[in-house]
Amino acid sequence: MSVKIGVLGVQGAVAEHIKTLERNGVEAVNVKRLEDLSDINGLILPGGESTTIGRLIVQGNMKEKIQELAKNGMPVFGTCAGMVLLSEKIEGGEPAHLGLLNATVNRNGFGRQVHSFEKELNIEGIAEGFNGVFIRAPYISEVGPSVKVLETIDEKVVAVEQDNILAVSFHPELTRDDRIINYFINKCK
Amino acid sequence: MLKTGTELVKRGMAEMQKGGVIMDVVNAEQARVAEAAGAVAVMALERVPSDIRAAGGVARMADLTIVEEVMKAVSIPVMAKARIGHIVEARTLESMGVDYIDESEVLTPADDVFHIAKSEFTVPFVCGCKNIGEAVRRIAEGASMLRTKGEPGTGNIVEAVRHIRQVNSEIQQIVAMRTDELMVFAKNHGAPYEILLEIKKLGKLPVVNFAAGGVATPADAALMMELGADGVFVGSGIFKSENPEKFAKAIVQATHNYQDYALIAELSKNLGSPMKGLEISRLAKEELMSERGI
Repeated sequence: MSVKIGVLGVQGAVAEHIKTLERNGVEAVNVKRLEDLSDINGLILPGGESTTIGRLIVQGNMKEKIQELAKNGMPVFGTCAGMVLLSEKIEGGEPAHLGLLNATVNRNGFGRQVHSFEKELNIEGIAEGFNGVFIRAPYISEVGPSVKVLETIDEKVVAVEQDNILAVSFHPELTRDDRIINYFINKCK
Repeated sequence: MLKTGTELVKRGMAEMQKGGVIMDVVNAEQARVAEAAGAVAVMALERVPSDIRAAGGVARMADLTIVEEVMKAVSIPVMAKARIGHIVEARTLESMGVDYIDESEVLTPADDVFHIAKSEFTVPFVCGCKNIGEAVRRIAEGASMLRTKGEPGTGNIVEAVRHIRQVNSEIQQIVAMRTDELMVFAKNHGAPYEILLEIKKLGKLPVVNFAAGGVATPADAALMMELGADGVFVGSGIFKSENPEKFAKAIVQATHNYQDYALIAELSKNLGSPMKGLEISRLAKEELMSERGI
Protein backbone atom coordinates (compact mmCIF):
# COMPACT_ATOMS: atom_id res chain seq x y z
CA MET A 1 0.00 0.00 0.00
CA SER A 2 1.23 3.48 -0.70
CA VAL A 3 1.97 5.57 2.36
CA LYS A 4 1.01 9.18 2.84
CA ILE A 5 2.70 11.05 5.67
CA GLY A 6 1.78 14.52 6.86
CA VAL A 7 4.29 17.12 8.02
CA LEU A 8 2.78 19.72 10.33
CA GLY A 9 3.47 22.81 8.23
CA VAL A 10 2.65 25.76 10.44
CA GLN A 11 6.23 26.88 11.20
CA GLY A 12 9.78 25.52 11.23
CA ALA A 13 11.82 23.00 9.23
CA VAL A 14 8.86 21.76 7.18
CA ALA A 15 10.46 21.66 3.71
CA GLU A 16 13.38 19.51 4.93
CA HIS A 17 11.04 16.80 6.25
CA ILE A 18 8.95 16.85 3.05
CA LYS A 19 12.09 16.50 0.94
CA THR A 20 13.33 13.60 3.09
CA LEU A 21 10.01 11.77 2.78
CA GLU A 22 9.87 12.30 -0.97
CA ARG A 23 13.38 11.01 -1.58
CA ASN A 24 12.33 7.84 0.26
CA GLY A 25 9.37 7.30 -2.05
CA VAL A 26 6.65 8.53 0.30
CA GLU A 27 3.90 10.97 -0.57
CA ALA A 28 4.25 13.95 1.78
CA VAL A 29 1.37 16.21 2.77
CA ASN A 30 2.06 19.73 4.06
CA VAL A 31 -0.46 19.93 6.91
CA LYS A 32 -1.47 23.57 7.20
CA ARG A 33 -5.11 23.21 8.21
CA LEU A 34 -7.56 20.76 9.74
CA GLU A 35 -8.67 19.21 6.41
CA ASP A 36 -5.08 18.19 5.64
CA LEU A 37 -5.18 15.74 8.57
CA SER A 38 -8.01 13.67 7.11
CA ASP A 39 -6.15 11.33 4.78
CA ILE A 40 -2.71 10.50 6.19
CA ASN A 41 -1.04 7.37 7.61
CA GLY A 42 1.38 9.18 9.89
CA LEU A 43 2.34 12.67 11.05
CA ILE A 44 5.68 14.41 11.60
CA LEU A 45 5.95 17.32 14.04
CA PRO A 46 9.03 19.22 12.83
CA GLY A 47 11.55 21.42 14.58
CA GLY A 48 10.73 25.09 15.04
CA GLU A 49 9.62 27.16 18.01
CA SER A 50 7.35 25.00 20.14
CA THR A 51 5.56 28.03 21.62
CA THR A 52 4.75 29.34 18.13
CA ILE A 53 3.70 25.96 16.70
CA GLY A 54 1.67 25.17 19.84
CA ARG A 55 -0.24 28.43 19.49
CA LEU A 56 -0.85 28.00 15.76
CA ILE A 57 -2.26 24.45 16.07
CA VAL A 58 -4.77 25.73 18.62
CA GLN A 59 -5.72 28.71 16.41
CA GLY A 60 -6.06 26.34 13.44
CA ASN A 61 -8.32 23.94 15.45
CA MET A 62 -5.90 21.08 14.79
CA LYS A 63 -4.93 20.15 18.35
CA GLU A 64 -7.87 17.85 19.19
CA LYS A 65 -7.76 16.12 15.81
CA ILE A 66 -4.05 15.31 16.18
CA GLN A 67 -4.68 13.98 19.70
CA GLU A 68 -7.56 11.83 18.47
CA LEU A 69 -5.58 10.40 15.53
CA ALA A 70 -2.60 9.57 17.76
CA LYS A 71 -4.80 7.96 20.41
CA ASN A 72 -6.33 5.80 17.65
CA GLY A 73 -2.85 4.54 16.83
CA MET A 74 -1.63 6.75 13.97
CA PRO A 75 2.17 6.97 14.17
CA VAL A 76 3.53 10.40 15.13
CA PHE A 77 7.20 11.43 14.94
CA GLY A 78 8.40 14.55 16.76
CA THR A 79 11.81 16.14 16.17
CA CYS A 80 13.15 18.77 18.61
CA ALA A 81 10.20 21.17 19.06
CA GLY A 82 8.04 18.18 18.06
CA MET A 83 9.31 16.33 21.15
CA VAL A 84 8.29 19.31 23.31
CA LEU A 85 4.84 19.38 21.68
CA LEU A 86 4.32 15.65 22.34
CA SER A 87 5.37 15.50 26.00
CA GLU A 88 2.85 15.36 28.84
CA LYS A 89 4.91 17.65 31.06
CA ILE A 90 7.24 20.58 30.41
CA GLU A 91 9.74 21.50 33.12
CA GLY A 92 9.30 25.00 34.51
CA GLY A 93 5.53 24.82 34.63
CA GLU A 94 4.71 25.79 31.04
CA PRO A 95 1.42 24.06 30.05
CA ALA A 96 1.76 20.94 27.88
CA HIS A 97 0.70 21.07 24.21
CA LEU A 98 -0.47 17.69 22.86
CA GLY A 99 0.39 15.59 25.93
CA LEU A 100 0.69 12.31 24.03
CA LEU A 101 4.06 11.11 25.31
CA ASN A 102 4.29 9.97 28.92
CA ALA A 103 7.42 11.98 29.66
CA THR A 104 8.73 15.22 31.16
CA VAL A 105 10.72 17.39 28.78
CA ASN A 106 13.28 20.07 29.55
CA ARG A 107 12.94 22.70 26.78
CA ASN A 108 16.28 24.07 25.54
CA GLY A 109 17.77 21.68 28.09
CA PHE A 110 21.14 21.68 26.34
CA GLY A 111 21.41 25.47 26.57
CA ARG A 112 21.35 28.42 24.19
CA GLN A 113 22.43 28.47 20.53
CA VAL A 114 26.17 28.80 21.31
CA HIS A 115 25.87 25.36 22.95
CA SER A 116 24.13 23.76 19.96
CA PHE A 117 26.17 20.79 18.76
CA GLU A 118 26.61 17.74 16.56
CA LYS A 119 27.33 14.34 18.12
CA GLU A 120 27.47 10.74 16.93
CA LEU A 121 24.64 8.68 18.43
CA ASN A 122 23.57 5.04 18.66
CA ILE A 123 19.79 4.89 18.44
CA GLU A 124 18.89 1.49 19.86
CA GLY A 125 17.52 -0.87 17.25
CA ILE A 126 17.38 1.89 14.60
CA ALA A 127 20.75 3.40 13.73
CA GLU A 128 24.38 3.05 14.92
CA GLY A 129 26.74 5.97 14.33
CA PHE A 130 24.04 8.50 13.52
CA ASN A 131 25.06 12.19 13.34
CA GLY A 132 22.74 13.98 15.75
CA VAL A 133 22.28 17.70 15.05
CA PHE A 134 21.14 19.39 18.28
CA ILE A 135 19.87 22.99 17.99
CA ARG A 136 18.78 24.64 21.26
CA ALA A 137 17.62 21.11 21.84
CA PRO A 138 15.32 19.72 24.53
CA TYR A 139 15.89 16.48 26.40
CA ILE A 140 13.62 14.18 28.35
CA SER A 141 14.29 14.10 32.08
CA GLU A 142 11.68 11.53 33.18
CA VAL A 143 9.81 8.79 31.36
CA GLY A 144 6.75 6.71 32.23
CA PRO A 145 6.78 2.88 32.20
CA SER A 146 5.47 2.56 28.62
CA VAL A 147 8.26 4.69 27.15
CA LYS A 148 11.33 2.98 25.71
CA VAL A 149 14.54 5.01 25.91
CA LEU A 150 16.56 4.64 22.69
CA GLU A 151 19.55 6.93 23.37
CA THR A 152 20.93 9.22 26.07
CA ILE A 153 23.74 11.78 26.42
CA ASP A 154 25.02 11.97 30.02
CA GLU A 155 21.73 10.52 31.28
CA LYS A 156 19.75 13.05 29.28
CA VAL A 157 17.26 11.14 27.15
CA VAL A 158 17.41 12.21 23.49
CA ALA A 159 15.40 9.50 21.69
CA VAL A 160 12.28 7.62 22.82
CA GLU A 161 9.51 5.40 21.53
CA GLN A 162 6.10 4.80 23.10
CA ASP A 163 4.03 2.46 20.91
CA ASN A 164 3.05 4.63 17.91
CA ILE A 165 4.94 7.72 19.14
CA LEU A 166 8.58 8.36 18.24
CA ALA A 167 10.45 11.45 19.48
CA VAL A 168 14.03 12.71 19.17
CA SER A 169 15.78 15.84 20.49
CA PHE A 170 17.78 16.35 17.31
CA HIS A 171 17.21 16.97 13.59
CA PRO A 172 17.59 13.93 11.31
CA GLU A 173 15.98 16.02 8.52
CA LEU A 174 19.06 18.27 8.37
CA THR A 175 21.27 15.29 7.43
CA ARG A 176 21.30 12.89 4.48
CA ASP A 177 21.06 9.86 6.79
CA ASP A 178 17.58 8.42 6.29
CA ARG A 179 17.67 5.46 8.71
CA ILE A 180 15.43 7.01 11.38
CA ILE A 181 12.88 8.32 8.89
CA ASN A 182 12.75 4.90 7.22
CA TYR A 183 12.08 3.31 10.59
CA PHE A 184 9.19 5.75 11.01
CA ILE A 185 7.90 5.18 7.45
CA ASN A 186 7.75 1.44 8.22
CA LYS A 187 5.70 2.15 11.33
CA CYS A 188 3.19 3.97 9.09
CA LYS A 189 2.76 1.06 6.66
CA MET B 1 32.82 14.10 20.73
CA LEU B 2 30.63 17.14 20.82
CA LYS B 3 31.12 19.71 18.03
CA THR B 4 29.71 23.22 18.57
CA GLY B 5 29.50 26.18 16.16
CA THR B 6 29.40 23.99 13.03
CA GLU B 7 27.91 25.33 9.80
CA LEU B 8 25.09 22.81 10.16
CA VAL B 9 23.99 23.97 13.64
CA LYS B 10 24.41 27.65 12.72
CA ARG B 11 22.42 27.44 9.48
CA GLY B 12 20.07 24.87 11.00
CA MET B 13 19.07 27.30 13.74
CA ALA B 14 17.72 29.66 11.05
CA GLU B 15 15.90 26.77 9.35
CA MET B 16 13.92 26.33 12.57
CA GLN B 17 12.74 29.95 12.37
CA LYS B 18 11.14 29.58 8.92
CA GLY B 19 7.54 30.69 8.55
CA GLY B 20 7.96 32.81 11.65
CA VAL B 21 8.08 36.43 12.74
CA ILE B 22 11.06 37.96 14.55
CA MET B 23 10.14 41.08 16.49
CA ASP B 24 12.21 44.06 17.66
CA VAL B 25 11.83 44.71 21.39
CA VAL B 26 13.44 47.24 23.72
CA ASN B 27 12.61 45.73 27.13
CA ALA B 28 11.44 42.60 28.94
CA GLU B 29 7.79 43.60 28.84
CA GLN B 30 7.76 43.95 25.05
CA ALA B 31 9.67 40.67 24.76
CA ARG B 32 6.94 38.89 26.72
CA VAL B 33 4.24 40.43 24.49
CA ALA B 34 6.15 39.19 21.43
CA GLU B 35 6.57 35.67 22.84
CA ALA B 36 2.90 35.46 23.85
CA ALA B 37 1.88 36.54 20.35
CA GLY B 38 3.86 33.65 18.82
CA ALA B 39 7.10 35.33 17.70
CA VAL B 40 9.82 32.77 16.85
CA ALA B 41 12.51 35.08 18.24
CA VAL B 42 13.02 38.62 19.47
CA MET B 43 15.65 41.19 18.54
CA ALA B 44 16.76 43.05 21.66
CA LEU B 45 17.68 46.67 20.99
CA GLU B 46 17.89 50.00 22.74
CA ARG B 47 15.66 51.77 20.22
CA VAL B 48 13.53 50.51 17.35
CA PRO B 49 14.66 51.72 13.90
CA SER B 50 12.11 54.54 13.61
CA ASP B 51 13.41 56.01 16.89
CA ILE B 52 17.00 55.56 15.73
CA ARG B 53 16.06 57.47 12.58
CA ALA B 54 14.36 60.22 14.61
CA ALA B 55 17.20 60.53 17.12
CA GLY B 56 19.97 60.78 14.51
CA GLY B 57 23.61 60.65 15.64
CA VAL B 58 25.53 57.40 16.03
CA ALA B 59 23.55 54.23 16.77
CA ARG B 60 25.59 51.60 18.61
CA MET B 61 25.06 48.13 20.11
CA ALA B 62 22.35 48.27 22.80
CA ASP B 63 23.09 48.73 26.48
CA LEU B 64 23.74 45.13 27.46
CA THR B 65 21.45 45.26 30.49
CA ILE B 66 18.57 45.43 27.98
CA VAL B 67 19.84 42.34 26.19
CA GLU B 68 20.31 40.54 29.50
CA GLU B 69 16.84 41.53 30.70
CA VAL B 70 15.25 40.23 27.48
CA MET B 71 17.22 36.96 27.64
CA LYS B 72 15.89 36.38 31.15
CA ALA B 73 12.31 37.29 30.23
CA VAL B 74 11.64 34.83 27.39
CA SER B 75 12.36 31.24 26.39
CA ILE B 76 12.42 31.87 22.63
CA PRO B 77 15.74 32.78 20.95
CA VAL B 78 17.13 36.27 21.51
CA MET B 79 18.99 38.12 18.78
CA ALA B 80 20.93 41.37 19.13
CA LYS B 81 22.53 43.82 16.74
CA ALA B 82 26.21 44.67 16.37
CA ARG B 83 27.53 47.46 14.13
CA ILE B 84 28.83 46.36 10.74
CA GLY B 85 32.50 45.44 11.13
CA HIS B 86 32.49 45.85 14.91
CA ILE B 87 34.26 42.65 15.91
CA VAL B 88 34.28 43.50 19.62
CA GLU B 89 30.59 44.31 19.89
CA ALA B 90 29.92 40.95 18.23
CA ARG B 91 32.34 39.05 20.51
CA THR B 92 30.72 40.72 23.52
CA LEU B 93 27.24 39.62 22.47
CA GLU B 94 28.57 36.11 21.81
CA SER B 95 30.09 35.96 25.31
CA MET B 96 26.68 36.79 26.79
CA GLY B 97 25.14 33.82 25.01
CA VAL B 98 22.95 35.74 22.57
CA ASP B 99 21.43 33.21 20.13
CA TYR B 100 21.96 35.14 16.89
CA ILE B 101 23.83 38.34 16.01
CA ASP B 102 22.51 40.75 13.40
CA GLU B 103 25.45 42.57 11.80
CA SER B 104 23.12 45.37 10.96
CA GLU B 105 22.94 48.46 8.78
CA VAL B 106 20.32 49.82 11.20
CA LEU B 107 23.24 50.76 13.45
CA THR B 108 25.94 53.17 12.27
CA PRO B 109 28.67 51.06 10.62
CA ALA B 110 31.92 50.78 12.58
CA ASP B 111 33.80 49.84 9.41
CA ASP B 112 32.81 51.28 6.04
CA VAL B 113 34.91 48.76 4.10
CA PHE B 114 34.93 45.37 5.80
CA HIS B 115 32.32 43.16 7.42
CA ILE B 116 33.07 40.77 10.29
CA ALA B 117 34.63 37.36 9.43
CA LYS B 118 31.58 35.56 10.74
CA SER B 119 32.69 31.98 10.12
CA GLU B 120 35.20 32.40 12.98
CA PHE B 121 32.39 32.72 15.53
CA THR B 122 30.44 30.03 17.38
CA VAL B 123 27.31 32.19 17.41
CA PRO B 124 25.51 32.44 14.06
CA PHE B 125 25.00 35.75 12.21
CA VAL B 126 22.24 37.23 10.12
CA CYS B 127 23.07 40.02 7.64
CA GLY B 128 21.10 42.32 5.37
CA CYS B 129 21.19 42.26 1.56
CA LYS B 130 19.43 44.04 -1.27
CA ASN B 131 20.76 42.06 -4.22
CA ILE B 132 22.50 38.78 -4.96
CA GLY B 133 26.00 40.26 -4.79
CA GLU B 134 25.49 41.43 -1.20
CA ALA B 135 23.74 38.16 -0.30
CA VAL B 136 26.53 35.95 -1.61
CA ARG B 137 29.34 38.08 -0.14
CA ARG B 138 27.72 37.85 3.30
CA ILE B 139 27.34 34.06 2.95
CA ALA B 140 31.01 33.81 1.97
CA GLU B 141 31.94 35.78 5.11
CA GLY B 142 30.00 33.22 7.13
CA ALA B 143 26.47 34.63 7.57
CA SER B 144 24.18 31.71 8.44
CA MET B 145 21.00 33.61 7.63
CA LEU B 146 20.08 36.59 5.46
CA ARG B 147 17.36 39.16 5.47
CA THR B 148 16.56 41.53 2.66
CA LYS B 149 17.18 45.06 3.91
CA GLY B 150 14.14 47.09 2.96
CA GLU B 151 14.30 50.55 4.50
CA PRO B 152 14.15 50.13 8.29
CA GLY B 153 12.05 52.42 10.46
CA THR B 154 9.96 53.79 7.61
CA GLY B 155 6.84 51.63 7.83
CA ASN B 156 7.01 51.74 4.04
CA ILE B 157 7.13 48.34 2.36
CA VAL B 158 8.33 49.50 -1.07
CA GLU B 159 12.06 48.91 -0.50
CA ALA B 160 11.44 45.52 1.12
CA VAL B 161 9.44 44.50 -1.96
CA ARG B 162 12.17 45.77 -4.30
CA HIS B 163 14.90 43.85 -2.46
CA ILE B 164 13.15 40.49 -2.12
CA ARG B 165 12.14 40.64 -5.79
CA GLN B 166 15.69 41.58 -6.80
CA VAL B 167 17.34 38.74 -4.87
CA ASN B 168 14.82 36.13 -5.99
CA SER B 169 14.89 37.15 -9.65
CA GLU B 170 18.70 37.00 -9.63
CA ILE B 171 18.49 33.49 -8.14
CA GLN B 172 16.21 32.50 -11.04
CA GLN B 173 18.75 33.96 -13.49
CA ILE B 174 21.53 31.89 -11.92
CA VAL B 175 19.45 28.72 -12.06
CA ALA B 176 18.61 29.30 -15.74
CA MET B 177 22.17 30.24 -16.69
CA ARG B 178 24.64 27.81 -18.25
CA THR B 179 27.53 26.97 -15.94
CA ASP B 180 30.00 28.50 -18.40
CA GLU B 181 28.25 31.87 -18.01
CA LEU B 182 28.47 31.87 -14.23
CA MET B 183 32.03 33.22 -13.90
CA VAL B 184 31.19 36.44 -15.70
CA PHE B 185 28.08 36.81 -13.54
CA ALA B 186 30.36 36.33 -10.51
CA LYS B 187 32.70 39.05 -11.78
CA ASN B 188 29.89 41.51 -12.55
CA HIS B 189 28.21 41.08 -9.18
CA GLY B 190 31.32 40.72 -7.03
CA ALA B 191 29.86 37.40 -5.97
CA PRO B 192 32.06 34.40 -5.04
CA TYR B 193 31.81 31.79 -7.83
CA GLU B 194 31.59 28.68 -5.61
CA ILE B 195 28.51 29.98 -3.82
CA LEU B 196 26.85 30.84 -7.14
CA LEU B 197 27.51 27.25 -8.25
CA GLU B 198 25.89 26.02 -5.03
CA ILE B 199 22.84 28.27 -5.63
CA LYS B 200 22.55 26.90 -9.17
CA LYS B 201 22.65 23.34 -7.88
CA LEU B 202 20.19 23.93 -5.01
CA GLY B 203 17.86 26.20 -6.95
CA LYS B 204 17.85 28.53 -3.93
CA LEU B 205 20.18 30.26 -1.47
CA PRO B 206 22.08 27.87 0.81
CA VAL B 207 20.78 29.80 3.84
CA VAL B 208 17.39 31.02 5.00
CA ASN B 209 16.35 34.48 3.77
CA PHE B 210 13.82 36.55 5.72
CA ALA B 211 12.36 39.92 4.68
CA ALA B 212 12.81 43.08 6.73
CA GLY B 213 12.61 46.84 6.67
CA GLY B 214 9.17 48.39 6.37
CA VAL B 215 6.64 45.73 7.43
CA ALA B 216 3.82 47.58 9.22
CA THR B 217 0.64 45.52 8.76
CA PRO B 218 -0.47 41.85 8.61
CA ALA B 219 -0.96 42.26 4.85
CA ASP B 220 2.62 43.58 4.49
CA ALA B 221 3.95 40.47 6.24
CA ALA B 222 1.83 38.20 4.02
CA LEU B 223 3.07 40.06 0.94
CA MET B 224 6.68 39.30 1.89
CA MET B 225 5.82 35.59 2.20
CA GLU B 226 3.99 35.68 -1.14
CA LEU B 227 7.14 37.09 -2.75
CA GLY B 228 9.20 34.19 -1.42
CA ALA B 229 10.59 35.28 1.95
CA ASP B 230 11.21 32.45 4.44
CA GLY B 231 9.89 34.60 7.28
CA VAL B 232 9.61 38.20 8.41
CA PHE B 233 11.42 40.65 10.70
CA VAL B 234 9.19 43.36 12.12
CA GLY B 235 11.03 46.29 13.63
CA SER B 236 9.07 49.39 14.50
CA GLY B 237 5.85 48.00 13.02
CA ILE B 238 4.63 46.36 16.20
CA PHE B 239 5.57 48.51 19.16
CA LYS B 240 5.04 51.78 17.27
CA SER B 241 1.48 50.78 16.39
CA GLU B 242 -1.54 51.80 18.40
CA ASN B 243 -2.17 48.28 19.74
CA PRO B 244 1.08 46.25 19.80
CA GLU B 245 -0.46 43.09 21.23
CA LYS B 246 -3.09 42.91 18.50
CA PHE B 247 -0.64 43.81 15.75
CA ALA B 248 1.85 41.20 16.96
CA LYS B 249 -0.72 38.38 16.98
CA ALA B 250 -2.23 39.40 13.64
CA ILE B 251 1.16 39.62 11.94
CA VAL B 252 2.13 36.13 13.21
CA GLN B 253 -1.12 34.63 11.93
CA ALA B 254 -0.95 36.44 8.60
CA THR B 255 2.63 35.24 8.05
CA HIS B 256 1.64 31.63 8.65
CA ASN B 257 -1.60 31.83 6.60
CA TYR B 258 -0.28 34.20 3.95
CA GLN B 259 -2.57 32.92 1.21
CA ASP B 260 -5.72 32.77 3.34
CA TYR B 261 -7.13 36.12 2.27
CA ALA B 262 -10.42 35.81 4.16
CA LEU B 263 -8.44 35.31 7.37
CA ILE B 264 -6.12 38.24 6.60
CA ALA B 265 -9.24 40.33 6.03
CA GLU B 266 -10.51 39.36 9.49
CA LEU B 267 -7.09 40.03 11.03
CA SER B 268 -7.00 43.49 9.45
CA LYS B 269 -10.21 44.69 11.09
CA ASN B 270 -10.19 46.98 14.15
CA LEU B 271 -6.43 46.86 14.49
CA GLY B 272 -6.04 50.52 15.34
CA SER B 273 -3.52 52.66 13.47
CA PRO B 274 -0.28 51.17 12.27
CA MET B 275 3.01 53.03 12.77
CA LYS B 276 3.31 56.30 10.93
CA GLY B 277 5.05 55.75 7.59
CA LEU B 278 7.69 57.72 5.70
CA GLU B 279 7.88 58.36 1.95
CA ILE B 280 11.26 57.00 0.82
CA SER B 281 11.80 59.67 -1.87
CA ARG B 282 11.63 62.34 0.85
CA LEU B 283 14.63 60.81 2.63
CA ALA B 284 18.06 62.20 1.87
CA LYS B 285 20.46 59.66 0.38
CA GLU B 286 22.62 59.67 3.52
CA GLU B 287 19.54 58.75 5.56
CA LEU B 288 19.06 55.48 3.66
CA MET B 289 20.16 52.61 5.89
CA SER B 290 20.03 50.10 3.04
CA GLU B 291 23.00 51.85 1.37
CA ARG B 292 25.23 50.87 4.30
CA GLY B 293 27.33 47.71 4.30
CA ILE B 294 27.16 46.61 0.67
